[in-house]
Amino acid sequence: MSFSEQIVPSSMSTEQLPLWKQEGAEPFLRIENVTKNFGDFKAVDNISLDIYKKELFCLLGGSGSGKSTLLRMLAGFETPTSGRILIDGVDMAGIQPWERPVNMMFQSYALFPHLSVADNVAFGLKREGVAKAEIKQRVEEMLGMVQLGHLGKRKPHQLSGGQRQRVALARALIKRPKLLLLDEPLGALDKKLREETQFELINIQEELGVTFVVVTHDQEEAMTLATRIGVMNQGIIVQTDEPHDVYEYPNSKFVADFIGSVNMFEGKVIQDEPDSVQIDSKEAGTTLFVNHGISCAPDQIVNVAIRPEKIRITKKEPEKGVNCIQGIIEEIAYMGSLSVFRVRLASGKEVRVTQPNFTRSMGDRYTWNDAVFLHWDEDSSVVLTS
Amino acid sequence: MSMSLGSAVMDRMAAKLQKYNFVKKVNWGRAVVAGIPAFWLGLFFFVPFLVVFKISLTEAAIAIPPYSELLDWDLEEAYISIKINLGNYLFLFEDDFYLDAYLSSVKIAVLSTFFTLLVAFPIAYAIAKSDGSTRVLLLALVILPFWTSFLLRVYAWMEFLKKNGIVNEFLLTIGIIDEPLIMLQTDFAVYIGIVYTYLPFMVLPLYSALEKMDGTLLEAAQDLGSKPTQSFFLVTLPLAMPGVIAGCVLVFIPAVGEFVIPALLGGADTLMIGRVLWDEFFLNRDWPMASAVAIVMLVVLVLPIMLIRNSQGKGEAV
Repeated sequence: MSFSEQIVPSSMSTEQLPLWKQEGAEPFLRIENVTKNFGDFKAVDNISLDIYKKELFCLLGGSGSGKSTLLRMLAGFETPTSGRILIDGVDMAGIQPWERPVNMMFQSYALFPHLSVADNVAFGLKREGVAKAEIKQRVEEMLGMVQLGHLGKRKPHQLSGGQRQRVALARALIKRPKLLLLDEPLGALDKKLREETQFELINIQEELGVTFVVVTHDQEEAMTLATRIGVMNQGIIVQTDEPHDVYEYPNSKFVADFIGSVNMFEGKVIQDEPDSVQIDSKEAGTTLFVNHGISCAPDQIVNVAIRPEKIRITKKEPEKGVNCIQGIIEEIAYMGSLSVFRVRLASGKEVRVTQPNFTRSMGDRYTWNDAVFLHWDEDSSVVLTS
Repeated sequence: MSMSLGSAVMDRMAAKLQKYNFVKKVNWGRAVVAGIPAFWLGLFFFVPFLVVFKISLTEAAIAIPPYSELLDWDLEEAYISIKINLGNYLFLFEDDFYLDAYLSSVKIAVLSTFFTLLVAFPIAYAIAKSDGSTRVLLLALVILPFWTSFLLRVYAWMEFLKKNGIVNEFLLTIGIIDEPLIMLQTDFAVYIGIVYTYLPFMVLPLYSALEKMDGTLLEAAQDLGSKPTQSFFLVTLPLAMPGVIAGCVLVFIPAVGEFVIPALLGGADTLMIGRVLWDEFFLNRDWPMASAVAIVMLVVLVLPIMLIRNSQGKGEAV
């Protein structure tokens, strides 16, 4: 390492920061107070969102959360009732779908059944009036990239589901769009194929440097793919964060519950320090300690959320008696890599605990009706005020 | 090497033969289901066709029926004579009148098929894109005219198109024309009649082709940079092609031999082979000539279309 490189750590560190964490970074896609009504129904409710260049942004939500409507507005198939959409600084109002620097990969793939694979991929270029020789070369290149070079002459119905998905991707990418919209890109694939394709999708995105906006209802898919996730519910974005933060620091009961599984204990704040809180929870039957501060009114009712994999389960009482509750094992599910326990507390509350299966033997395993202690660290749980 | 290859081929052939021997069991249920319509077609289509063909090879005569016998025999004197008269066919090609009639029929049929397609496509498209109850209603409206007699509907058109008919009265009232248009007994009226009559035959196959089309395909086309008109020609039309072909065949074939419409709506100079046929039968009472006209029409016009249609059907069966 040269000396000159060492003396500019501050500028280097800002460069390492992702764009969305940099002050004043120019967003590539800006969604400004966009609302879409269908009759009385608010499909998208006053959403504002900035997405930056080369991001792989996931809109995650259940059906009817408005994520697809938002995507269709980006593509130009729906017009916002109010609000603005800017792509690379250009207002998209009044710009038709065929004029936008955007391409979309459809959930159903929407491959033209009467055209061969190569003609499907070439479709976009032909509309642009690109020279024949160049079209041929670019189609070959693109099909090579999605590993379908040998299938150019086939018709879509002669392909497997995974192959069709790749054709759809190749067709959407061939015009080198600035922004690629993907509607449930892996939804129709089986589990194994989905996992493989996820990484392929990330590689392609990094290779081409295109900004991706992915709509999905599959939280696992969102976690693996995304640079950031926007969790949507009833037309609004509830939380926008990196996958890790969405999982570890959910900002609401909805997000905590929607992403992964979670145990929640309702309780009253009895001590509120700047960097820690104590919550008296009848459901847990004890006082819970959390080592991060919250902003709340005194005596406010809050929820302490703890993920199942962060709870330790023991037969002996732990020495450090913080965040320790007692219960009886009601159900055990052996899942191979881990076991899931459902533990009933004295308050009647059911707690879900998962533990990796460290050993093969069954000897020291827990069994039904075992009385156990559940405990976790103060920094494992998170307080949710909404 | 070649030995083993040869024996492998032999094995496979033997296996195939064996398979066929076992599989070739008569499925009576299937035979009956397929057999009844085949029998029906044979009895009421193929046999009459042979009768017509036979008559076309005879000579007109003043007799009942009005043509000469093809076969003549006398068992006592042990003689059978077959007298085939090709004169009718020869005359067809000698007299330009028949050729003109054929060409004129084809022209009228081609044009009216095209016009029917133009009118039917938007209708079929609208029905395919409408939802639930509206769709049922619109389809019913397309089929509804069949509930009244075809002849009555053609007469109704005469009322519409005649000199002091509804159309002329209307145009005169709003002042677009100063004197009535001559529409009845022109080719124009024939086109109107054919397009009107055969419209449902075009709408229904088009509808069934368009209804199957996935709407996101059009969005995909737009997304890839094609304007709506381009999308229509690049996506909608190719996907509707089976319906277009089926509809065109269903309209073209009966339109070629159409008689009632040119007779009632057309003028004296509207030359169509259906009318020629009628005249030969009922005015000239020349059954053999009329039969020859019918056979040639079938062989020259209809058969090739049926064959093309058939081969296409096989090609698309995927």
